[in-house]
Amino acid sequence: MSAKNFRKMFFLGMLAILAATLMAANSVQAQQKNIILATTTSTQDSGLLDVLIPMFEKKTGFFVKTIAVGSGQAMAMGQKGEADVLLVHSPAAEKKFVAEGYGINRRLIMHNDFIVVGPSEDPAKIKGIKSTVDSFKKIAASGALFLSRADKSGTHSKEMGIWKATGINPEGQKWYQQTGLGMGQTLNVTSEKKGYTLADRGTYLALKKNLSLDILAEGDAILLNIYHVIEVNPAKFPKVNVAGGKAFADFMVSKEVQDVIKTFGVEKYGSPLFFPDAGKKEEELGK
Amino acid sequence: MGLILEGIYKAFYLLFTLDPEVMGVTLLSLQISGTATLISLMMGISVGTAVALTEFPGRKFVVSLINTGMGLPPVVVGLFVTIFLWRNGPLGFLEILYTPAAMILAQAVIATPIVMGITLAAIQSLPRNLRLQILALGATRIQMVRILVKEAKLPLLAGVMAGFGGVISEVGASIMVGGNIKGYSRVLTTATVMETSRGNFDIAIALGIILLILAYFINLVLTHIQQRERPR
Repeated sequence: MSAKNFRKMFFLGMLAILAATLMAANSVQAQQKNIILATTTSTQDSGLLDVLIPMFEKKTGFFVKTIAVGSGQAMAMGQKGEADVLLVHSPAAEKKFVAEGYGINRRLIMHNDFIVVGPSEDPAKIKGIKSTVDSFKKIAASGALFLSRADKSGTHSKEMGIWKATGINPEGQKWYQQTGLGMGQTLNVTSEKKGYTLADRGTYLALKKNLSLDILAEGDAILLNIYHVIEVNPAKFPKVNVAGGKAFADFMVSKEVQDVIKTFGVEKYGSPLFFPDAGKKEEELGK
Repeated sequence: MGLILEGIYKAFYLLFTLDPEVMGVTLLSLQISGTATLISLMMGISVGTAVALTEFPGRKFVVSLINTGMGLPPVVVGLFVTIFLWRNGPLGFLEILYTPAAMILAQAVIATPIVMGITLAAIQSLPRNLRLQILALGATRIQMVRILVKEAKLPLLAGVMAGFGGVISEVGASIMVGGNIKGYSRVLTTATVMETSRGNFDIAIALGIILLILAYFINLVLTHIQQRERPR
């Protein structure tokens, strides 16, 4: 092949790629059935959505664009009308979100729990303490390193709630470091630095094999981690895909999905990662 | 160390079994970054050549802007492209946020100044007398430009490699404007980030190795073309 022919073929190849990509992009857009689901990272990182989304798409014909960010950012997207439906775990912020009219139809989906993890040597001696608030006080008093997500996620908002209950302001303290990263990366940092952090059980279980972190506090009622689905209010944002958002929310509370949630993760981790709660009241949980 | 070997093993396993998901992700990376590079070539070479061959007031300022653009941080590009493409943003009517088209757009914005800057330097580095000589031989201005671009082929191909290398390895903008949606806008780099945060380090390493192999072969082809035309 001469250099000229080679070059010709190369550019023709590039043009073919261009055409193929544009066609692929157009064909999906032509459906006009896109839903933007803004959710927390734990639902994606645990693999739950990889099971549920294909089920939903097959059943309804909608195409779901899952944007996995922290709960705080997910709600910020909702506040701008840039998402159709949210799956989040930050109850206090969610209530405010709905009260301010950005969201409607907030429904309980499932729960699991948060845990406090740290190095097995446990320098702050928190193992065995029932109250998480007391554990946090001891970590602060001992000056052992604590890693915070600091990303306005559901986990971060829970952590701030616990610090508030201790009456300690960790901000700016030498033993308190902020990663600004997702749960998985924060767990890795915590493991490397032999620090403590608050984590959701699902992400911890999924990453456990690569971490040198033990569960040092669990089971306290304050550590409940509750997931809700919220539809973004179409009255406020006319561009929101109302039917799609509602279909997804209805799907999440359906018996079919709740049954999947009940057994999800049992095979891989020996215990379920989430407990289905559709139709229950928030106050009943953890009792 | 064991983890890295496991990752290498996994990479070849995924490659040789033609794992459909990994193949899809790889192909999409290639399509998106290839298209973005192509767009950046059209914009970059034309504007770069024009700026190199013309004199106008404020030219130095424009050149400094182009050179700064060569180092545009992808996350900053991602942020601005996202804000523009939001439903309620200035380009919201296009409805392309979280699609491969949005990723092509962001990557083209990243690659264009790189190609433009290298083109500019390449054309300027040609001997000044060459231009006069070509014109003296009776060539039209368009013919002259074509000959100059041809003369600068070696550095221009370096520009293609730099532009493509920049976007195929870029993750910040891709994850922001593409959303890392499975089977739709998930490319090698965004999948690597996700698998890392999922703790699947072996798959993350495998994806990284596939990315390196891909980049190597693309550059091999380009180098082949470049070195073939080497002046002897």
